[in-house]
Amino acid sequence: MFNYLEYIREKNFPHIWCAGCGDGIVLKAILRAIEKSGISLDETVMVSGIGCSSRTPGYVDMNTLHTTHGRAIPFATGVKHGNPKLNVIVITGDGDATAIGGNHLIHAARRNIDITVLLYNNYIYGMTGGQCSPTTPTGSRAATAPFGNIEPPFNTSGLAIAAGASFVARADVYNVANCEKMIAMALAKKGFSLVEILTPCPTAFGRRNKMASPVKLMEWLRDNAVPAAKWKKMTEEERRGRMETGVLMDVDKPEYTAEYEKLVTSLRTGK
Amino acid sequence: MKKVIMGNHAVSYGVRASEAQVISAYPITPQTHIVELLSEMCGNGEINAKFIKVESEHSAMAACIGASAAGTRAFTATSSQGLLLMHEMLHWAVGARLPIVLANVNRAVGPPWSIWTDQNDSLSQRDVGWFQIYCESNQETQDTVPQAFKIAEQLQMPVMLVLDAFFLSHTYEIVDIIEKEQVRKFLPPYNPEIKIDTKDPHSFGNLAGPDMYMELRYMIQEAMEKGLDVIKKVDDEFREVFGRGYGLIEPYRCDDAEIILVTSGTVASTTRAVIDAMRGEGVAIGALKIRVFRPFPFEEIFAVLSKAKKVAVIDRNISFGCHGIFFQEIKSALYGRTDIPVLGYIAGLGGRDVTPGVIREIAENAISNKNPERYINWIGVKR
Ligand code: SF4
Repeated sequence: MFNYLEYIREKNFPHIWCAGCGDGIVLKAILRAIEKSGISLDETVMVSGIGCSSRTPGYVDMNTLHTTHGRAIPFATGVKHGNPKLNVIVITGDGDATAIGGNHLIHAARRNIDITVLLYNNYIYGMTGGQCSPTTPTGSRAATAPFGNIEPPFNTSGLAIAAGASFVARADVYNVANCEKMIAMALAKKGFSLVEILTPCPTAFGRRNKMASPVKLMEWLRDNAVPAAKWKKMTEEERRGRMETGVLMDVDKPEYTAEYEKLVTSLRTGK
Repeated sequence: MKKVIMGNHAVSYGVRASEAQVISAYPITPQTHIVELLSEMCGNGEINAKFIKVESEHSAMAACIGASAAGTRAFTATSSQGLLLMHEMLHWAVGARLPIVLANVNRAVGPPWSIWTDQNDSLSQRDVGWFQIYCESNQETQDTVPQAFKIAEQLQMPVMLVLDAFFLSHTYEIVDIIEKEQVRKFLPPYNPEIKIDTKDPHSFGNLAGPDMYMELRYMIQEAMEKGLDVIKKVDDEFREVFGRGYGLIEPYRCDDAEIILVTSGTVASTTRAVIDAMRGEGVAIGALKIRVFRPFPFEEIFAVLSKAKKVAVIDRNISFGCHGIFFQEIKSALYGRTDIPVLGYIAGLGGRDVTPGVIREIAENAISNKNPERYINWIGVKR
């Protein structure tokens, strides 16, 4: 049995998440992935922004930074640059990383700095009570879209790929084994990596969208988050409204802090 | 019609009655109810406004600036970190002389994270040039919205109304709801002389050299100085239509008071109860609520406080390395004209309750304090 107690700050429990929230499932997957990848907790820094998912660092027993809304990635960039030996994990959400912090996401990906972004996508601003986010599907209801959202959503993983991330994967909390595997791969990757994790928010999203029960949302993930192997065999028609999960991008590219070191060394030694 | 509503919704009803045309906002606790109800009102036609969901508070204010420059009545609401993120745009709204109205729910600034009330968010914006009006009740909050638009539009200056997180934002009170038909008698449609207009093009936000910049700054200060009279006049006009008004400041049992407690926001109501209790015990004490903080009503305040023997200011905020912020302003209102001692008290930061007991402690400390040099007295701090 995996001993979660070695990885958490027990005194901070019970956690704040609602019953049926997926964030706890992700937390456990992260801890198992950390163990699997063998990284030391003492050399790992977890940075978060604002939102329900961003409460995660409060519960884990490592160096943690809970920062301002949208700014987890620039804080993390500073940490990594300050001490490139550290493993830097960013915990963020769809609102945090693709709205108020959207600019930071694309620039960190472009720069290919070695941080691992775990983006919990629950399609809504959960903490403030269910306002539309940039990933809220068109037609879904939200507190700020009581008659249905007319905006098209971001394909967040696609955005990171287009911006130049070296590793991008999508996972979901229904297929939790895959979720754990994707996080472990992202942690092992040298370069900017992002795992978009689809996770249910029954309180702020499900309730307004005829999926109030957490089970309904889990079933929705089961039916709509499709593993890559199956995805390949699907027709365009079958793919509509569904999301491919698994590794979406994995390339090796020059990493920012390493390139920086190289440049400084060459300037100082003349070589 | 009377309704029992929360402070946040009082703002929404005020905006509905003022017929704002563009509302742009980003969610933040404890403000979000304001814009949620407005988005619903936009949807069901209770208000004929466009609602824009943006990707940050900075963008929310930027969108209001655009909407206002295009000649429409623009509104947003925010709180704490959100207001701070708007900072650059707050300056812009003033410099561009755009009559935007913003409701800020006073919430403490992080870190450490806090969602509870104090005034450091709005007061750290005191020098940007926005009018600032601190509200005490849900009724006042609702009524201040159309007043704010009228003040703003007459002077081409943006106005911020401020309410305490939770103690007002989430507290339910009876509010006499104002309707747009009545408000129309008080607030004419917004029709600026200069706006973005393809038939009469102008250049907005252009460069001003050293030969011009200072004059434009002078004009902002001029508008601020005129502002006090405009606020009073607007308040009188509001009273004519609705039978209620609030003034720049609100003295309570100050006429024969030897000591006066100066407060703002919801602490003002609690203070009045303490004043009544202490008056009952024979203490000659009164209270002064500061409603309008920018422009600062120096003369009105001097007229009330100069009759007392001692003044104690309760600040739910602090300017680090200096004093409480209301305290600084009160001192400068009295400077050189009287030598009555002014004592500063810091209380209630990060939402710590300012109870009648706390206010009484302050009053008693001020009465017995022989050492008026103590500009900062921290109340209830564990050391
Ligand atoms: S509001 Fe939604 S995301 Fe937040 S804890 Fe509750 S279920 Fe989870």
